[in-house]
Amino acid sequence: MAILEVEHICKSFGDTEVLKDLSFSLEKGQALSIIGSSGSGKTTLLRCLNFLERPDKGIIRVNGETLFDAESTVSGQEAEIRKKRLHFGLVFQSFNLFPQYTALKNVMLAKELLAKEKKDYKANKKAIHEEIEAEAAELLRQMGLSDRMKNYPHQLSGGQCQRVAIARALALSPDILCFDEPTSALDPELTGEVLKVLKDLAQKRMTMVIVTHEMEFAKDVSDHVIFMDEGLILEQGSPEQVFEHPKEERTRQFLSRYTGQKNVDI
Amino acid sequence: MDKIMEQMPIVINALNVGFIQTLKLFFVTLIGALPLGLIIAFGSMSRFRPLSWLTKIVVWIVRGTPLMIQLLIIYYFPGLVFGKTIWGSGEAGRFTAAAIGFIFNYACYFSEIYRGGIRGVPIGQEEAGLVLGMTKSQIFFRVKLLQMIKRIVPPVCNEVITLVKDTSLARIIALQEIIWAGQSFMKGSQGISGEIWPLFFTAFYYLIWNGVVTIVLGKLEKKLEYFR
Repeated sequence: MAILEVEHICKSFGDTEVLKDLSFSLEKGQALSIIGSSGSGKTTLLRCLNFLERPDKGIIRVNGETLFDAESTVSGQEAEIRKKRLHFGLVFQSFNLFPQYTALKNVMLAKELLAKEKKDYKANKKAIHEEIEAEAAELLRQMGLSDRMKNYPHQLSGGQCQRVAIARALALSPDILCFDEPTSALDPELTGEVLKVLKDLAQKRMTMVIVTHEMEFAKDVSDHVIFMDEGLILEQGSPEQVFEHPKEERTRQFLSRYTGQKNVDI
Repeated sequence: MDKIMEQMPIVINALNVGFIQTLKLFFVTLIGALPLGLIIAFGSMSRFRPLSWLTKIVVWIVRGTPLMIQLLIIYYFPGLVFGKTIWGSGEAGRFTAAAIGFIFNYACYFSEIYRGGIRGVPIGQEEAGLVLGMTKSQIFFRVKLLQMIKRIVPPVCNEVITLVKDTSLARIIALQEIIWAGQSFMKGSQGISGEIWPLFFTAFYYLIWNGVVTIVLGKLEKKLEYFR
């Protein structure tokens, strides 16, 4: 069964239709890349998955459980949404790390706050805290940031910041991790180190939805590719299908702009 | 010169008494206005339109009229219109009225500074908190508050320095603060009259106190420099 099912999602901002009846599904352990030009609705789609935007129509299911149904009115409570959000993680283009906390604390904070809601928190405060810290340190180690744990975001490079942000999202063990153009704010030299982390995650079979402009990377790493244009899924399939044998003229046109462009080694 | 040296202890003593009243008003105003300003800021940022309009109108009136008039109205209005003063008698009553006027006036100024500070925190910070499953209040207190404080320390410092000097306005309802004390030696008090030099001394008190305020808030600003 698919881990993520999205059915007939529509979203408008005022008169502008940003998403026009999108449906797709994703298997557990797969990496889905969403490509398309700016303004095609890719980011809005990710924001809908993470409940930062509320779709006007449609259904979102994770593991068969309906997390969002535009028809139903009960799904609007803040506490409910909070719980549902935790199925997803989101890594932003501009990192959005918390500047006043160290890299380690950035990774720990949300989990600590969640732990406080547990009944046995007061009794095992110290043990819980130590466990969260050990997990966070391990995640940062995996990101190659062991020696940066005590640094504040402004002391880190963009690539390091984005890796901290990935560790922060992973700390809550989401079912599906979303990336919103994770390398668009980075210069080419730093892009590689972030893409490598994503590749490692794909190899570990983390379920991921990646909005990206790195075509070479999308081709190489993803199991499934969606090409979006003007709020529609114009084409989807395996990377080979979409990149090598695109059916739509628009897809070919879009991809042709990227061929010949030098890509980053990963 | 000898005369001044003779009068000095009397004057200093009187000024100290006045200055304590000034300091009391200063601290009471800060303790009341700093948190009240935050509540007003939330009011004016509320999505509930009538509330945000009401707060904005109140802030407009309070910031748009002289504090001196506000003090006069607060102190005399109940007595003159309803024939019944609610402030109690003597210095204590005057202090209560002055404190309420100052707290409300400064809270309105602070609220605008806070509003700017809260708006100045990038929306991405709130969104990052949301996708990490934090509640709105966790996001405010654990993520946004410190960033907001960092932004508002310089403008708040400005406002606090103004407050140090504004406390003298309480003299209009005869609160016996330091200028009242200094001025009394012009009119005649404790055998000293027609002297202007005590007033120069009062200016010196303000100057020193503002120096202290500047250093303390400068330290706070420095302390928040550990992040950007």
